[in-house]
Amino acid sequence: MTGPMVRAEGVHKRYGSLEVLKGITLEVAPNEVMCLIGPSGSGKSTFLRCINHLENINAGRLYVDGSLVGYQEHGGRLHELPEREICRRRAAIGMVFQHFHLFPHMTALENVTAGPVLVKREPRAVATERATRLLGRVGLGDKRDTYPNQLSGGQQQRVAIARALAMEPKLMLFDEPTSALDPELVGEVLDVMRGLAAEGMTMIVVTHEIGFAREVGDSLVFMDGGVVVEQGSPRDVIANPQQERTKGFLSAVL
Amino acid sequence: MMSDAQGHGPEEIRAVPLRHRWRWVATAALLVVVAMLVHTLVTNPRFGWRVVGHYLFSGPILGGVALTLEITAGAMAIGIVLGIVLAVMRLSPNPLVSGSSWLYIWFFRGTPVFIQVLFWYNIAVLFPSLGIGVPFGPQFVHGNAGTFITAVDAAILALGLNEAAYYAEIVRAGILSVAHGQTEAAQSLGMRRTLVMRKIVLPQAMRVIVPPTGNEVISMLKTSALASVAAVYELTGESLLIAARTYQIIAMLIVASLWYIALSTVLTIGQYYVERHYARGAVVTVPYPPLRTQLRRNFARWRVPFPGATVEV
Repeated sequence: MTGPMVRAEGVHKRYGSLEVLKGITLEVAPNEVMCLIGPSGSGKSTFLRCINHLENINAGRLYVDGSLVGYQEHGGRLHELPEREICRRRAAIGMVFQHFHLFPHMTALENVTAGPVLVKREPRAVATERATRLLGRVGLGDKRDTYPNQLSGGQQQRVAIARALAMEPKLMLFDEPTSALDPELVGEVLDVMRGLAAEGMTMIVVTHEIGFAREVGDSLVFMDGGVVVEQGSPRDVIANPQQERTKGFLSAVL
Repeated sequence: MMSDAQGHGPEEIRAVPLRHRWRWVATAALLVVVAMLVHTLVTNPRFGWRVVGHYLFSGPILGGVALTLEITAGAMAIGIVLGIVLAVMRLSPNPLVSGSSWLYIWFFRGTPVFIQVLFWYNIAVLFPSLGIGVPFGPQFVHGNAGTFITAVDAAILALGLNEAAYYAEIVRAGILSVAHGQTEAAQSLGMRRTLVMRKIVLPQAMRVIVPPTGNEVISMLKTSALASVAAVYELTGESLLIAARTYQIIAMLIVASLWYIALSTVLTIGQYYVERHYARGAVVTVPYPPLRTQLRRNFARWRVPFPGATVEV
């Protein structure tokens, strides 16, 4: 019926002469939770950032929900999209960063309403109502008037998730969402993500949490050196890796 | 718990304070200097305190104060608005846009503001008539440059255009101080570049921008005295004019100084409240104004402890 939410065909990305992505090909179906694992510098975060065009790609094709990311194709050539269109497409993709990047001059509530009010021009009352509901859902209903610097890392990351969800995205990108957290705070963030997955959100999660990948992920992709080394169902890949590099990585992190 | 069985806290340390003998010597020396200063201020008749009192609130001086404030406000308004535009241009990916900003800053920082004021005052020599119309085409309005640009306008324009060059660098430093992740987070919500700048980056940059802005305003208050070379009788110009008439140069310099110091005091207090406003959500809390903190600390030293506060063991 519907096509894949994300489709990558031979995606390449270079910074100068440094080739970070060397031909990534993969698909993410609607409602799927895909976990991306791999050593640092393997290109997994870069690939994630290409999906909402925070980085542009140098070769290959990348589609989100059937349309090309950052370009339109007609007459056999790619044409750069105007900023307005790039922003419109980004608004439909939520992103959660390793270091949260909450807006420090806004309260938790203002962080969550910023997108709907400033980008979608939603009435403030409507946005506030949804934001209150979302903050309640991530367990921070009592923190709506708190500034980010008074929140713990785990609380900040949950606000960041609520901020992304406020745009009602069709796809959520998580870039190592628990890597900057103290160990005892990791669980509260993973719980929120687990809840999202259960509701059928399409998610791509760059993570080092192998347990989360095994339990929540529908598929697991192991990247190294800018290529996909191995992919499959999380249980199979983790229990029975086929490639030497996958085996080496998993034995180091497990 | 540290408290003993009776519920008392641990015994407070009451050490004999270290004696700072050199502090007393320094204090005594300073007191002598201050006493000498006060003595000469009071007994030297050439300060002309009666003249100072006579002119301090006189009509011409108050007029000069008003003009000084007008020039400062006008020049800072031009400087801040144009400075922000130049800073954003400077950070543009378009080399022509960032290049012209660089060129502007280079030129206006590189020439003396004194000469710039004289230049704008004499603009009519260069362009005897000015007009508004289509470039290289017909003009709709035109007239004598002197009627368009009065001496006060020339001063405001010159000081404002010069200020913009310096202010642009202050704003740029502020923008660069905001972590790039903020821009990315805003972009990922679908915000466009201009919106990101207005709602996310600039409000955070303000924390870095405000303290040097206070500097610039106070500096401008006094630099506006340069307007007197363009025959504008603001505070300094007016004071010197009266001095030339009455031969009371010292008294009139004191009159001008008292006004300048009073005005900058008001601005300093204003800066404190602006800083406090932009400190929202910041890690750094704005401290009390320095004098207040110092006074509190000193009084705390001599405050008699509340009798019930110490625990008898």
